[in-house]
Amino acid sequence: MASNAKNRGKRIVVAMSGGVDSSVTAALLTEQGFDVVGITLRLYDSNQATSRSKTCCAGQDIYDAKRVASQLDIPHYVFNYENRFRENVVEKFAESYAAGETPIPCVLCNQKVKFRDLLATAKDLEATALATGHYVRRVEGRAGAELHRAKDAARDQSYFLFATTQGELDYLRFPLGDFEKDATRALARRFGLEIADKPDSQDICFVPDGRYGRIVERLRPEAAREGDIVDAEGRVLGRHQGILHYTIGQRRGLGVSGAEPLYVLKVEAKRNRVVVGPREALAATKIGLRDVNWLGGPLPVGAGRDCEVKIRSTQAPVPAHLAMETDGRAGVTLFAPEFGVSPGQACVFYDGERVLGGGWIAGAGAAVMDATAAA
Amino acid sequence: MAEIATYLDYNATAPIKPAVREAVEAALGKVGNPSSIHRFGRALRDEVEAARERVARLVGGRPEHLVFTSGGTEANHLALQGAGVARHLMSAVEHDSIRNALAGPETVPVDADGRVDLAALETLLNARPEPALVSIMAVNNETGVVEPIAEAARIVHAHGSRLLVDAVQAAGKVAIDLQAQGADYLTLSAHKLGGPTGVGALVLGADVPYTVPVSGAGQERGRRPGTENVPGIVGFGVAADLAAAALEDFGNIGALRDRLENGIARIAKDAVVFGRVAPRVSNTSLIAMPGVSSETQLVAFDLDGFAVSAGSACSSGKVDPSHVLLAMGVEKAVAETAIRVSLGWDTKPDDIEGFLKAWESLYARTRGRKVSAA
Repeated sequence: MASNAKNRGKRIVVAMSGGVDSSVTAALLTEQGFDVVGITLRLYDSNQATSRSKTCCAGQDIYDAKRVASQLDIPHYVFNYENRFRENVVEKFAESYAAGETPIPCVLCNQKVKFRDLLATAKDLEATALATGHYVRRVEGRAGAELHRAKDAARDQSYFLFATTQGELDYLRFPLGDFEKDATRALARRFGLEIADKPDSQDICFVPDGRYGRIVERLRPEAAREGDIVDAEGRVLGRHQGILHYTIGQRRGLGVSGAEPLYVLKVEAKRNRVVVGPREALAATKIGLRDVNWLGGPLPVGAGRDCEVKIRSTQAPVPAHLAMETDGRAGVTLFAPEFGVSPGQACVFYDGERVLGGGWIAGAGAAVMDATAAA
Repeated sequence: MAEIATYLDYNATAPIKPAVREAVEAALGKVGNPSSIHRFGRALRDEVEAARERVARLVGGRPEHLVFTSGGTEANHLALQGAGVARHLMSAVEHDSIRNALAGPETVPVDADGRVDLAALETLLNARPEPALVSIMAVNNETGVVEPIAEAARIVHAHGSRLLVDAVQAAGKVAIDLQAQGADYLTLSAHKLGGPTGVGALVLGADVPYTVPVSGAGQERGRRPGTENVPGIVGFGVAADLAAAALEDFGNIGALRDRLENGIARIAKDAVVFGRVAPRVSNTSLIAMPGVSSETQLVAFDLDGFAVSAGSACSSGKVDPSHVLLAMGVEKAVAETAIRVSLGWDTKPDDIEGFLKAWESLYARTRGRKVSAA
């Protein structure tokens, strides 16, 4: 790859976590001739996290990011975002569990921390863009930048970026969107980066041992109170260990048995109850969304359209009809029922490869079958 | 990133003067241990003792009462632990090496300029009968404000208590006379006045209690075990001599400092220079740029080639709002936008003009957008 003279003097801030993806992002842009500035966010006190390494922005990761920046001979800085991360992400994460939801903190982190505050800082530093190691593609469209799914469908992270605004997207760059993960690792080796074989982060970064319950319990002790497990008619079938341990569609670990397998249908925070029932009672075709964000032209209130929606990070998009109700609220009708739609997760709208927008799942119509829905 | 870098962070570490470097290099070339009986040891012992005299002279102390340490932090700890006093009072603007040294210190407040409240000091000392060790720094590292040491010493001594003066940021900037000012314990660091890092000193007043808190061999008259850092000590001695000789001229840096502060006042009516009306050393400005976090400023200036700091330097790169400014009653939101510019012997007028341009550019491009401060 030839060094690009036209990029010289153009400053790009790269959000460097210390992992392979953002390190390669920084290396690629440096090779392309940009004036790259690496910034690592200190999001939480890594000494308080129970285990180390493996996850984003622990102490070791800051060190790794510094080493990579030094190898690339680019300036690198650590910004202390502990307070805003705690307020905007960790506390909301616990709040969501306490409300009976199943949160996805990575969306909030992108929305409220990386793409808001870090992006503003990048502008203050006279950068022309902020680049991250996300696997998504940013495509220049006729009406501004468009967000598209990554070329490598298995790596696609567009689900986590639905809350990005158009203004943010215009300023963002995702150089890895066209690469496959193996290609990224190969690049890391070609660049001679010491972190080339570092394992991917899998967990939620601030709960590296996967035991999120302890954080939730500390911030929201009410979510750890014991309570009743009931059936749809309200009959008590057993006791639960705190609603934070239950998510809709869950079957394991309920400690109650019936004639047929029982699943969590609802988590009722106010009554501190977990409602269980048979799998067919989980079927949902109606989903209510809040805080809907549009990328590239909102659907007017009262209007509707068909598109594909993705209602959990691990699942492929499915066909649905979308209707804008009031500002920020939308109703989704699935063409086929889904089992285990959890409030607190995101519902992201796709038109083929392109992300149209998305919203937070506020509620799902369990067992509300639409006439158009196939069984 | 700018290719040329301008160093405006003398209070973090002042550049080593050429004569100091030569002396350190020469000392590194000499073999031996100053405690050895043989001629190699004796030669180094002579060098260490010559340096001891030079450093003691800078602060009006007696050479035989000067203990070389690994730096200001160790010197402060030796004093606090060696004084053998259970009760500890400290000003609200002390360095972390004092603040975090002992459990349960009583804090003496400061006024809006960061000067220690002498009436409050008296009240605290009156409140309980047992004597205390009182820590008051001679010059604040963040604001450059000079503390009323002699007045504080009179109050402290009238109560049968002892005074520890952290003179790390004062030495070489203002005249220090341990005896005249009434310090019982005084601490120094070489790298703040043009010497090498890793060497400092604790200077004891006459007849003050001191029990070595660390066990080991009998170096430094039994007051600080461990083989002396000979090259560092030699460099410290030369730096102390040079600083003493240049003390009268140090005030001239004030003209550059004023140029900087006046320039910023012209650019931004809402900029704040902290402690401006208080007596200050002539090289330090702590300046708030409203609406722009200290972190962002540090990075922006570094990218433009200007090295400054946010209050005191921190090893982790983490920036917290200055406890000094909070103690002065400055709002947290304002304290989080302060940066320290500290000048020194090698600072040129062009450095100030260049920095003013960078400051104006950042100020201009951050107007009319929301605050990025933490």
